Amino acid sequence: MSSLNPDYLFVFILAAFVGFQLIKKVSPLLHSPLMSLTNAIAAVVIVGAISITGEEGATPLAKTLGFVAVFCATVNLVSGFMITDRMLKMFKPRGK
Amino acid sequence: MNAFVPFAAILSSVLFILALMWMSHPTTARRGVRAGEIGMAVAIIGALVQHEVVDYNLILIAMVAGAAVGIPMALLMPMTAIPQRTAISHAFGALAVGLIGAAEYYKHAHAEYAGGFIMWALMFEMLLGFLTCTASVIAFAKLQEIMGSRPVSFVGQRVLNGGVALATVVIGAMLAIDPTQTWLFPAFVALALLFGVLLVIPIGGADMPTVIALLNSYAGLAASAMGFALGNKLLIVAGALDGASGFILAVIMCKAMNRSFANVMFGGFGKVVAGAAGGKDDRVVRSASAEEAAMQLENSSSVVIIPGYGMAVAQAQHKVSELYQALTKKGVDVKFAIHPVAGRMPGHMNVLLAEANVPYEQLVELDDINPELPQADVALIIGANDTINPSARDDPQSAIAGMPIIEADRAKSVFVIKRSMNAGFAGIDNPIYYNSNTQMLFGDAKDMVGSIAKELAGGGSGLH
Repeated sequence: MSSLNPDYLFVFILAAFVGFQLIKKVSPLLHSPLMSLTNAIAAVVIVGAISITGEEGATPLAKTLGFVAVFCATVNLVSGFMITDRMLKMFKPRGK
Repeated sequence: MNAFVPFAAILSSVLFILALMWMSHPTTARRGVRAGEIGMAVAIIGALVQHEVVDYNLILIAMVAGAAVGIPMALLMPMTAIPQRTAISHAFGALAVGLIGAAEYYKHAHAEYAGGFIMWALMFEMLLGFLTCTASVIAFAKLQEIMGSRPVSFVGQRVLNGGVALATVVIGAMLAIDPTQTWLFPAFVALALLFGVLLVIPIGGADMPTVIALLNSYAGLAASAMGFALGNKLLIVAGALDGASGFILAVIMCKAMNRSFANVMFGGFGKVVAGAAGGKDDRVVRSASAEEAAMQLENSSSVVIIPGYGMAVAQAQHKVSELYQALTKKGVDVKFAIHPVAGRMPGHMNVLLAEANVPYEQLVELDDINPELPQADVALIIGANDTINPSARDDPQSAIAGMPIIEADRAKSVFVIKRSMNAGFAGIDNPIYYNSNTQMLFGDAKDMVGSIAKELAGGGSGLH
């Protein structure tokens, strides 16, 4: 029943390709905020953690692991987005 | 409600891609953050409304607690500590990935999944997740100086690392082939965690920019692997974007040091201190005072300031900004030359100078500033050493031969602010200090820049 679904590989390859093209265009000025932004985006694993914690018939172990995972991912995404914005706010053009 | 879920995933993916697209330039970057935030909100709502999800209490408590930790962390973190924050944040993200993998493993620990793709994807995901978690904790400890930043090496290190790596992979494969062997699972997790520690302890402080970027990439790939295991395309996309980003940044960092990945990971840079040049003490060093430097800066038409990590260590960026303002007011054209590895993570120096109110147009990257340096009247080097070492360009025998440098020595005259004549982090002799157009300003970077700025502001009238 479980073998690699080629659709997933297809999506992965396209996304990686888009990622390479986009990241190459990011000004080196913004590499630090870029890293904290992508880090925040990767915290989208929270959707997996939500399913595990809240799903019908979740075992106590699954609930515990899921709870910690939701906590970690939330810390990551909240602080990641906020600090990225804090950094970007400081980049001002001349005459401001 | 479930019909909404796949569309939520598509919308989030689009918003994440837009977020990266808008990150390309400072004028649109904040819009990028907004797009990322909305994308994340859509993804979370999509996950919450799935009808499989029946119990919300724990989820909400965890989210509120996470926000309670994350918000102060984001608001209070000083900009000098951004590399540490990023490292610890990778650890949190990777831990989440690992734990989700563990929960999924126990759910699938039945004979019917034996050897199936889900099991292999889960094992790969957990391997990356757990090793990234501890590796990031070690990187954090090194950056926060809880641990020494020097590489840790011991006899048999490579054999031990290789053994641990092999054991982790073998046990992971055994579990994938027969997931009912649950007693092996804790050993797998422990080995993956240990491997993460072993991977980063031999890496020195100067290589942290590359390491952080690599860990960024691993965390992304782990999220992608989770997407494969759970059949979630949004995770695959977000993970691939993060993975690509970390990878590109790591490549840029390696290129900026003219080193290979293998060399960064296993090289133990900074260990070989060559005490070769025996006659170097005969060479003449010219030193100057803050007044002399101020006078010469004032009479220049163009000045290039080259900051290095030493500037950040001395917390001198605000004084440097004062100097920039004072010179600009006097009609001097001031630019900052930023080497890609100046700092403890990619782009760190730009953030520090932006925080000190230097306009971003004045922050110029290596390839763009080098052609301008021969026309510059003064190159002012603050806390940079290896990134301006001409032997990287001129001496094929040098330990840093071939590393791209900012060619400060080509400027008409050079000032170097430095505490003493001690060698830099890599312990490599730097001939720029002995050039006839170089003058040394000995002292703490913050105090020295402060007194030059004061001289300029006071018109050099000697009131002090």
